[in-house]
Amino acid sequence: MIVEALTRRMNAHPTDSHTMERYLETGGYEAARGAITKTRDELVETVKESGVIGRGGAGFPAGLKWSFLAPARPAYLVVNGDESEPGTFKDRQLLERDPHAMVEGIIIAAVANEVHHAFVYIRGEYPKPARRVQQAVADAYAKGFLGKGIFGGDYDLDVTVHLGAGAYICGEETALLNSLEGRRGEPRLKPPYFPAAKGLYMAPTIVNNVETISNLPYIFGEGVDWYKGLGHEVDTGTFLMSISGHVNKPGNYEVVHGITWRELIYGVAGGIRDGKELKAWVPGGASAPWFVPEEHLDLPITKDETGKQGSMLGSGAVIVMDEDTDMVAAAERLVRFFAEESCGQCTPCREGTTWLDLILQRVLHGGGREQDIDLLMDVSDNISVGLGWPPKQTTICPLGPSAVSATLSLVKHFRHEVEEHIGRGTPVTISGVSS
Amino acid sequence: MVTITIDGTEVQVPAGELLIKAAEDSGTYIPRFCWHRRMNPVGMCRMCLVEVEGPRGIMLTPSCTMPVNDGMVVHTKSPTVEKAQEGVLEFLLLNHPLDCPVCDKGGECPLQDQTLSHGPGESRMVEEKRHYEKPIPISDLVLLDRERCILCARCVRFSEEISGDPLIEFMDRGNAAEVNTFPDEPFASYFSGNTVQICPVGALTASAYRFRARPWDLREVASVNPLTTTGDGVTVQASQNEVLRFLGVDNDATNHGWLDDRSRFGFEWIASPDRLATPLAKSGDGHTEVSWGEALGAAAENLSAVIEAHGPGAVAAIGGARGTNEDAYALASFMRSSVGSPNLDARLDDGLGTHLLSSLAGKGEIGDLETARTVLVWAADLKEEHPVLYLRVRRAAQELGATLITVHPTATGLADRATHTVTYRPGEGHDLLDRLRAGSGDLADVRAALDEGPVVAIVGRTGLAEDPALAEAVTAFARDLPQASVLPVVRRANTYGAIDMGVAPDLLPGRVAAGGDAGHTGWEKADTSVGLDTRGILEAAADGRVKALLLVGADPLRDVPDADLAARALDAVDVVISIDCFLTDSTAKADIVLPALGFTEKEGTVTNLEGRVMKVNRIVSGPGQARADWSIIDDLAARMGRPLGFESAEAISLAIAEHAPAYGGITWFLLDWKERDGVVAPRDGVEQPLQYIPTTSLRAVGSGGAKRGGFALHLGRLLYDDAVLTRQGASIADLAPGAYAVLNPTDADRIGANGHVEVDGHRLPLRRDASLAEGTVAVPFNQPDGPPLGGSSHVDVAPGAGA
Repeated sequence: MIVEALTRRMNAHPTDSHTMERYLETGGYEAARGAITKTRDELVETVKESGVIGRGGAGFPAGLKWSFLAPARPAYLVVNGDESEPGTFKDRQLLERDPHAMVEGIIIAAVANEVHHAFVYIRGEYPKPARRVQQAVADAYAKGFLGKGIFGGDYDLDVTVHLGAGAYICGEETALLNSLEGRRGEPRLKPPYFPAAKGLYMAPTIVNNVETISNLPYIFGEGVDWYKGLGHEVDTGTFLMSISGHVNKPGNYEVVHGITWRELIYGVAGGIRDGKELKAWVPGGASAPWFVPEEHLDLPITKDETGKQGSMLGSGAVIVMDEDTDMVAAAERLVRFFAEESCGQCTPCREGTTWLDLILQRVLHGGGREQDIDLLMDVSDNISVGLGWPPKQTTICPLGPSAVSATLSLVKHFRHEVEEHIGRGTPVTISGVSS
Repeated sequence: MVTITIDGTEVQVPAGELLIKAAEDSGTYIPRFCWHRRMNPVGMCRMCLVEVEGPRGIMLTPSCTMPVNDGMVVHTKSPTVEKAQEGVLEFLLLNHPLDCPVCDKGGECPLQDQTLSHGPGESRMVEEKRHYEKPIPISDLVLLDRERCILCARCVRFSEEISGDPLIEFMDRGNAAEVNTFPDEPFASYFSGNTVQICPVGALTASAYRFRARPWDLREVASVNPLTTTGDGVTVQASQNEVLRFLGVDNDATNHGWLDDRSRFGFEWIASPDRLATPLAKSGDGHTEVSWGEALGAAAENLSAVIEAHGPGAVAAIGGARGTNEDAYALASFMRSSVGSPNLDARLDDGLGTHLLSSLAGKGEIGDLETARTVLVWAADLKEEHPVLYLRVRRAAQELGATLITVHPTATGLADRATHTVTYRPGEGHDLLDRLRAGSGDLADVRAALDEGPVVAIVGRTGLAEDPALAEAVTAFARDLPQASVLPVVRRANTYGAIDMGVAPDLLPGRVAAGGDAGHTGWEKADTSVGLDTRGILEAAADGRVKALLLVGADPLRDVPDADLAARALDAVDVVISIDCFLTDSTAKADIVLPALGFTEKEGTVTNLEGRVMKVNRIVSGPGQARADWSIIDDLAARMGRPLGFESAEAISLAIAEHAPAYGGITWFLLDWKERDGVVAPRDGVEQPLQYIPTTSLRAVGSGGAKRGGFALHLGRLLYDDAVLTRQGASIADLAPGAYAVLNPTDADRIGANGHVEVDGHRLPLRRDASLAEGTVAVPFNQPDGPPLGGSSHVDVAPGAGA
């Protein structure tokens, strides 16, 4: 179940997989050297053929995204390394231990999209990965792989590494672009600001996740057939999944899609710690609606199947909760995260996420009222109309509905726990208002 | 035009228009807080969500960011939409304090109104609301209450997009997001009051209006801003016979709803306790109160005596720009007919040629800026002297992509948006113009930009020490640029209207050149020759040729650049009669002072810098026995035995429509009922007798003043100065920064100046500005305790003692 493609080098060379010497010694930069001789159409076609889907959360086919790039130039490439979805820590490993794979991927993506300036946006809480990337970029300049006339040819490519300042929302691609431009990290309106048409500095921009970009040297180095042969026929390639929570072996694992959740949790991650029962898990980062064992444990892990079940694989973050978990507390913690990270721009998210959290806090601390469950659902409905999946949001970006995911999962699967909190609590006075 | 369906009804709307605006203009109001028709949409408040049918089904979409396209089907009142809107309102009210009973906005509050029309009946939140210290003053004029704020970003966007001084911003995020100013940086914008007006809640309030009235107790009239020449639309609101507030009115042709703070908060002079309420007659060193009969009798007697002894030419009038066109027409009639003197001038030696101002052939309109490809501003710093025009030029450069060129002794308020900032030493403007015309040297790019039409050129005197003939030459040059539209600009209130009405030495009412043989109907007995301008009048007064001065809302001692000349003139004449609202330095020297009604106290018309005639209206009665200028003048004429026979301001307006050719057909009825944004005179089909075409040969004429030293003097004005109406407005009186001198750092270092300099012996704080041309010293005109430098073009600058 565990495979080695992206992780092969770092597993084989745990002490120096991040260095230029080791990267070159293990066949590095050959794919990029080959790619610069090809045309944009050839490169885009190869990526389309490989079927690689974006690893940032939305799972959009990367080749298709590239083909949407508007013709105006200059165009920019932005690598999204603002990995901040709770539960996700895969990009950190790639940045820290195989930064040259990303740099090489940047070269390929840049040539494919006629980009001469690429940016890597790394979350501010990742100082070590950022240092490793800076070093890798500097080394690539020194070798002539970046800068003027890369690989001795006539293609110029600059790479700028930028650190974020600690806002979750800057992982949203248009907020990231604002932040990169020095503005407040607030998502832009889509329409009209689709990055492929009006992105960084209002120029056509490709925004790709670190893992997506890091896949490119393998696709071009080993070939599309090899790549497609690795795993699932639709969700091609391998996936880095970050497993955390109440499992025996939390960590990052490289797997292929198609295995079941049971295989992942009980096989790959070594089962629930202390022999406890599995209660629920978040299948794809804190924004994803929860799965529960009785309904979802034997389902295959694929993008489509997870979507059909009303959730998503997102950024590949699995958070496992055992039988001792207070689900109201778990939901409150997740909702509080989104309330704190809301950019504050649009009303339903700014006000709604905080309100949901205040209600959950009240319930958790014994101030719950019978009508609070309906209230939670209706407030959620005013952020995510109809409470469906994918959400129909009243907000500018999906952050607001992300807070709804946890709330909705709580009420849908663990309503009795909410009712228990409400029933157990002695109505208390919260902030001067009788509940 | 495209066809869209709104709530089942097909309507025709302009293609590409935003849905919210298209819906509103076709009769469907979609609620909103953040959207404002003069600013770019941001889709933040989410109040304007509607359902739009599309290929992916029916989508909830903010109508403020969605352009219409043909066949679009929109639902604005479906259950889903109503629930979403109700939800947004409940969210907005979660943390809103609901202190409406003590909130200035209560009664005119979009949040109140839309809660009533679209909101839930009550809140379901039982938790505590967000709390902030409230209110906090963020400038001298504006206070901020963050608890009331709904974070619509209108103020933030206004300061970024419109006024270009982004001093108010969002801080923090999520539930802690707030609007605030930067630490230690007040919201010191000339336009801060606009944010108070467009704030959809009571978060931003104006110190001048706080707790003064409830909206339902206010009466209001439409009128025109009396403190600028742009013709800004305003609503004047009053309660209990006191003017309490000015609001900007969105006049498409002029101000787009915006006002500068001096105009918005400057109304306080109207209710000043210093207003003249009784006629005064000189008595010893002071004045004593007299009756109208005594005052007018004495004035008539004095004037008649001067005419008798020295001829009618010994009587001269200065002023008239603060009144209405009707007042000005009465004054011109009085001077040229009753007195028989052509010596009258509404300008105070700080203007441009009257023919240029009133009758330029092919004169432009402000609206031409909307389609301009290149904008040339060779005038005073618009931000200081023509603030609303400044906003329109900013918009052209920033939002509409025009190439902006400023020519001025220094960089101006437009510097951050100007493609080319050309600076020059005052006095060398003609040489610069020659080089610009030739496109020589570093001006090649500027010249090339000027060949890209349509060109709008805004031309005026860059400073009071500058040769007024330069503007004529610049106009002559600019007129020949491709698709050129030229706007000659001066600053003082109704100068354009007064000149158009003949309060000018070389113009008769309705843009007729004086001194010609043009038969001017109704004026057969008048002296229609060319008389003296203000400078000529003061010089004639100083050396005894003019014996009687009529000052109409004029304070030459402060307003005329050469204060020394004004003082000598006032001392030399036998008779000074003043019609004014205040006892100023000049009126204090008058033999007879006649108390005048001010703006908001009388009805009439005014004319803006485009020649647009607009209606001003009355909402309060004046102080005591004050009367309208026209009525005082009419009475005076009658007592001199040379009656004019004017019965009312409206009767005068009919005389204007009949006898002032370029104003033909412009009646109060037209302005009150049909053309609420005013009409540019002459109307279509009406001929303007004088079509002035300036020439470049005027360069030898005139000079800005005497050469007294080695530094060229740049004497510009600031928005806030020591003028009487500013001094009398409590809110803005203290905003004038006081006098200072600006030097180029190279000059400052060369003469060893540090801290202070002596300009012609006057000690002034030194500021350094690298954009100021070398060899130049800039000093703002008429600042409190400022030096009298007005008569000079060149001055001496020495390091200040004890720097």
